[in-house]
Amino acid sequence: MESNDAEGSTGLAALGLGEPPDPPGPSNPSDPPSPPGPPGPPADEGPLADEGPRRIEARLSGSDRFYRALASTGAGITLLIIVLIGVFLLLEALPAFQSAGFGFLTTQPWNPDSVPPEFGVAAMMFGTAITAIVAMLVTVPLALATAVFINEYAPRAIRAALTSLVDLMAAIPSLIFALWGLFFLVPWLQPIEGWLVAQLGGSLPFMRAVATGSSLFNAGLVIALMAIPITTSIIREVLSQAPRHECEGALALGGTRWGMITTVILPFGRTGIIGGSMLGLGRALGETIAATLILNIRFEIKPQIFETGGITVASGIAVEFFDAQELGLSALMAAGLSLFLVTIVINLLAAIVVERAKSVA
Amino acid sequence: MSTQETEKETETTTATMTTTATMPVQPAGGTLRGVGVSAWFGARRVLEGVNIDMRAGVVTALIGPSGCGKSTFLRILNRMHELVPIASLAGSVLLDGDDIYGTALPITEVRRRIGMVFQKPNPFPAMTIGDNVMAGLKLTGRKAANREQLIEESLRRAGLWNEVRNRLSAPAGGLSGGQQQRLCIARSLAVRPDVLLMDEPCSALDPTSTRRIEETIHELKDQVTIVIVTHNMQQAQRVSQHCAFFLAAEDEPGRVVEQGATEHIFGSPEDPRTADYVNGRFG
Repeated sequence: MESNDAEGSTGLAALGLGEPPDPPGPSNPSDPPSPPGPPGPPADEGPLADEGPRRIEARLSGSDRFYRALASTGAGITLLIIVLIGVFLLLEALPAFQSAGFGFLTTQPWNPDSVPPEFGVAAMMFGTAITAIVAMLVTVPLALATAVFINEYAPRAIRAALTSLVDLMAAIPSLIFALWGLFFLVPWLQPIEGWLVAQLGGSLPFMRAVATGSSLFNAGLVIALMAIPITTSIIREVLSQAPRHECEGALALGGTRWGMITTVILPFGRTGIIGGSMLGLGRALGETIAATLILNIRFEIKPQIFETGGITVASGIAVEFFDAQELGLSALMAAGLSLFLVTIVINLLAAIVVERAKSVA
Repeated sequence: MSTQETEKETETTTATMTTTATMPVQPAGGTLRGVGVSAWFGARRVLEGVNIDMRAGVVTALIGPSGCGKSTFLRILNRMHELVPIASLAGSVLLDGDDIYGTALPITEVRRRIGMVFQKPNPFPAMTIGDNVMAGLKLTGRKAANREQLIEESLRRAGLWNEVRNRLSAPAGGLSGGQQQRLCIARSLAVRPDVLLMDEPCSALDPTSTRRIEETIHELKDQVTIVIVTHNMQQAQRVSQHCAFFLAAEDEPGRVVEQGATEHIFGSPEDPRTADYVNGRFG
């Protein structure tokens, strides 16, 4: 191979064609000064190839440059906005951090404008975590089952209709879900939860409750209603990309449809399932209106998840915002910053998990 | 219990003895018969009245120009045809006398007994090589008595063992195209099919891999009934003993123009169109 190259170039040089056709196009601009020493380069070509990778250059056309600039600008603005939000929250939250110190992370009550001020995110973070966990425990299996059903089991005739229905649900404002949850789902669930509490409360501490209804668990359920459509939509889209010839391979071996799903479709869609769930989780963490409507606001850590009363970060900010004085506002900014950071960390972790899953595949 | 077991054992022994005794005369494998097979995609008829006997111990080649319906026919033979939403068919396919489109056999059993190797190698890329070989057993909910032994045996039968014996736990996606195709053959053989369908198994492969797969077909011929679709005339001549020539005239469904012993189809075909095709004058 190498000798071939050398032959080719020597041949060209001998014909005096070495200069104008110039096969290595990218180096064009830097060529003009080099002609003085043409006897050198051909002789050096062998050793030069051994020196290691060469620098790769490309001449971009005007439109290429324009669209690259356009895309970079868009990406840059998006990143800048995220950074600006973080910086803004941090600056606004500083007075609150100075006042509360590390107690901000462990204090449950929220009285920033009283004297002396006493406030922290412990109760809000706890509530956010519980509602998000409940929401995810409901969302992920339901979304996955729905996605698999639509793609693999639903009659072809209704498949498109179901797909649009799910996508449409993802676009319904969360207030609608929250109202339905508040006036229909929760009242309907209350007797069932009351019965569960009566049966299990004795043996399981977290099942105890004095009153049920406006609880963290129910808030989590209603949040799940909002997370299911978007999660389903993403998972379904990813699963529908599963390579058909691998699916046929599984069926041709005598596999059942379910066997094909577990052998080909789910392993293929693993990263999409994680990604879709994470988007659902993002929605659950930030969901404001459902928690505000459902929860009986109580700033305390309450491990009895069926008992009425609780708070999440987002609903806490919404509820406390109107009465907040100077330090109160700063404290709310601090709570907002905590949620912002938690969301970013969770998304980073998700990105790492997805990356791992990809490298295994 | 114990009497039953003894009985069973005796049976097996007898069976083994019989098989051993008659091995050269009666090759293993199933007999597949297509009877009056027609096929449609939507309203378009692509195949009409195809009758082919695919006997054990014989490699049957389906040849013909593109779009003549030979791949469709092959996919009808193990019920892959119906996976296309608008596909329909008529006629019947008999596996050792049982209609595979009837209720005599469960669909999963039909596909297990009639294996298929596809045009494009389709191993499960995230699985290890060993797991790929075992995938069919897992999919059909069966357990191998001896996993290592079955993996080795299947890979040997597919002619891949020597190349992968030291990396059975490496992902299958890392194999070359030819190796992947032979892995797919091994995967199909591991579930012990009676018939193996091959849809242009070498069309994406280099000459060396092609030769290796043809050798594999020769070695498998007496263990499993093989039906192969190929565009390559030389390949059909090299690997098959029975040959069916498909042809579809313009705007007409594909039909079998002529079939018979391969040497006859290539040496002294009766139909002038067959002669033209096998001599490379069209198609």
